[in-house]
Amino acid sequence: MNNLTEKLKEKCSDAVLEVKTCRNETTVLVNPGDIVNVCRFLHDDEDLAYDYISGISGVDYLGKEPRFAVVYHVYSMKNKNRLTLKVLVPENHSVPSVSSVWRGANWFEREVFDMYGIKFSGHPAMKRILMPDDWTGYPLRKDYPLKGFIPAKWTKQDRPW
Amino acid sequence: MGEKEFLISNRIILTSLTKITNWARRSSIWPMTFGLACCAIEMMATSASHHDIARFGSEVFRGSPRQSDLMIVAGRVSRKMAPVLRQLYDQMAEPKWVIAMGACASCGGVFKNYAVVQGVDEIVPVDVYVPGCPPRPELLLQGVMKLQQKIDREKLRI
Amino acid sequence: MVNTETERDTMILNVGPQHPSTHGVLRVVLELDGEIVVNSNTVIGYLHTGMEKTIESERYVQAITIVDRMDYLSCFFNEIGYILAVEKLLGIEVPERVKFMRIILCELQRIASHLVWLGTHALELGAMSVMLYTFRERELILELFEMCSGYRMNSGYMRVGGFYLDFPDGFIDRLKNFINVFPSKINEYETLLTKNIIWKERTVGLGVLSAEDAINFGVSGPLLRASGVKWDIRTAHPYSGYELFEFDVPVGTHGDVYDRYLVRMEEMRQSLRIISQAVKNLPSGPVNVVDRPDIILPPKRNAELGMEEMIHHFKIVSAGFPVPEGETYVAVESARGELGFYLVSDGGNKPYRLKVRTPSFANLQALPLMLKGIMISDVIAVIASIDIVLGDVDR
Repeated sequence: MNNLTEKLKEKCSDAVLEVKTCRNETTVLVNPGDIVNVCRFLHDDEDLAYDYISGISGVDYLGKEPRFAVVYHVYSMKNKNRLTLKVLVPENHSVPSVSSVWRGANWFEREVFDMYGIKFSGHPAMKRILMPDDWTGYPLRKDYPLKGFIPAKWTKQDRPW
Repeated sequence: MGEKEFLISNRIILTSLTKITNWARRSSIWPMTFGLACCAIEMMATSASHHDIARFGSEVFRGSPRQSDLMIVAGRVSRKMAPVLRQLYDQMAEPKWVIAMGACASCGGVFKNYAVVQGVDEIVPVDVYVPGCPPRPELLLQGVMKLQQKIDREKLRI
Repeated sequence: MVNTETERDTMILNVGPQHPSTHGVLRVVLELDGEIVVNSNTVIGYLHTGMEKTIESERYVQAITIVDRMDYLSCFFNEIGYILAVEKLLGIEVPERVKFMRIILCELQRIASHLVWLGTHALELGAMSVMLYTFRERELILELFEMCSGYRMNSGYMRVGGFYLDFPDGFIDRLKNFINVFPSKINEYETLLTKNIIWKERTVGLGVLSAEDAINFGVSGPLLRASGVKWDIRTAHPYSGYELFEFDVPVGTHGDVYDRYLVRMEEMRQSLRIISQAVKNLPSGPVNVVDRPDIILPPKRNAELGMEEMIHHFKIVSAGFPVPEGETYVAVESARGELGFYLVSDGGNKPYRLKVRTPSFANLQALPLMLKGIMISDVIAVIASIDIVLGDVDR
């Protein structure tokens, strides 16, 4: 793990804001603009070889600034080693897409966009994935009510019986 | 030869048209394969060897709505799926029936949220509600039997 | 439309979301040149249930009910993954017996899940009788689940810190009976399929996924192992005491549909091996952590008689328990692959955020790669070989 921290500090010292280890999990806080460079380095470096992406999640810290966090869980098949990358995103800001590094990131990023409205620049198809295309609002945001904004009502026209 | 002997010797049964039609309809309800979530697995278990829905004449699961009489809504219906479900229902030929299988299809179940339709009766008319999360296969069989009783009481429409 | 490579006219064919052979409500849009698939697009979300949002408004114990229904073919994996994440934040170490019990249930669940996969996979290729065989044995497993939890599917049996109840009397005898019966049944399935010439014609060399592509797409589970990557979380990062057991991780070589079939068949045998070891060495003792009364309910009998326990019981049931602030990512090997739970706690009695990394979601992404260039009649075989559960994909 020390090896990782040193390498990261050496190669991308501007990009890495903080490295902390808690409960045997290492989390690296990355500057949003440099996330692709950091990921590319972690993926291509022969010793580190983080070649597998476990998932990308969004978190909404409503009331804090910056409001959103995007969390990347990456894994190295070679070293059997997990790493968490985190970027903090203010509202209405976009994050560069890492789908060029791991193709598997494509759907994960679309899901984050669908649920939080965080746009990923450079993504091949930045559109909704789980909700219908004409849906309004981003369901997993904390200010989105559990039952949705519009209670679903079927008009008389839809119910002919 | 008396009337009775004539009927017996020529193997003739007299019944009303309503009765014979209802008997035919209820003995071969063909369901549509419309598995959505957990309940679909129990629906499969109902049609498989242990529970054997063939005993009630409903083992012929059809892929096409045009060939089926019964839509078993097995599982939660999301807002994205709701228009599809309605379209499939409209494509089914009369007479048609709907069983809402499980809590989610009946009333939304544990998912009282933005994504799930709170009861499939918002979209299509439901004949039998089967409770459970998911219902046991026996319960689905009972639902089918209830539907058969309901069909038996139907009036023939001309 | 026109195929850009061959400049021939192509046709768009929509498969799903209501389709007999797509394992639920998956929609695949195929671009066809004659009978050959040129391109494909996967559309998901038809079973989106808003579980992650719902969980944010439920207490930690109530959330078990929700995660159960996520991947409904393997509910115990969802339970164990979620509970391990909560226990990690709470800093709980559960007793040995709990670990063994969890492993027994998980491996039984793996067999049950693979049986459904085998039945439907064969059904979709026209071998209907296999499904009747596999569902027969699946009933035996479901009876075991029903015996201990009272529920056939979606049991909700595990709790944070252990179990609600111990295995009932007679459970172990019945389980031993199952262990004796099942190996001959696997052989029965294999006689039906493994050397069956029709089965091989339809599966060998189909839907090939290379190891590099699989890793790059985040594919995991039997799908990844069939491509030749020996990676199983049970051995790579043992959890819940898997390091105490002896088992092999089957690996394929070609990464085609047939290899995935072989890998899963062997996995069932290995699961059975794990179960028999666990039954043999099942330790006795409590089925809950003893030193955490703030999390574990007092015995029901005491709660009925004593005032103190009654209040204690009421407090845990109505208010839940707080979980220390922090975040963690815990992954378990489900029947379909890496099932990860990213849990963020703000110190309250409800999860602040629970993101579930479901294996089917990542595995399904690689579908267009596997479909490219194959015949339309083989599309269903490839989809079946991924073994997706749409509840797992859409959540």
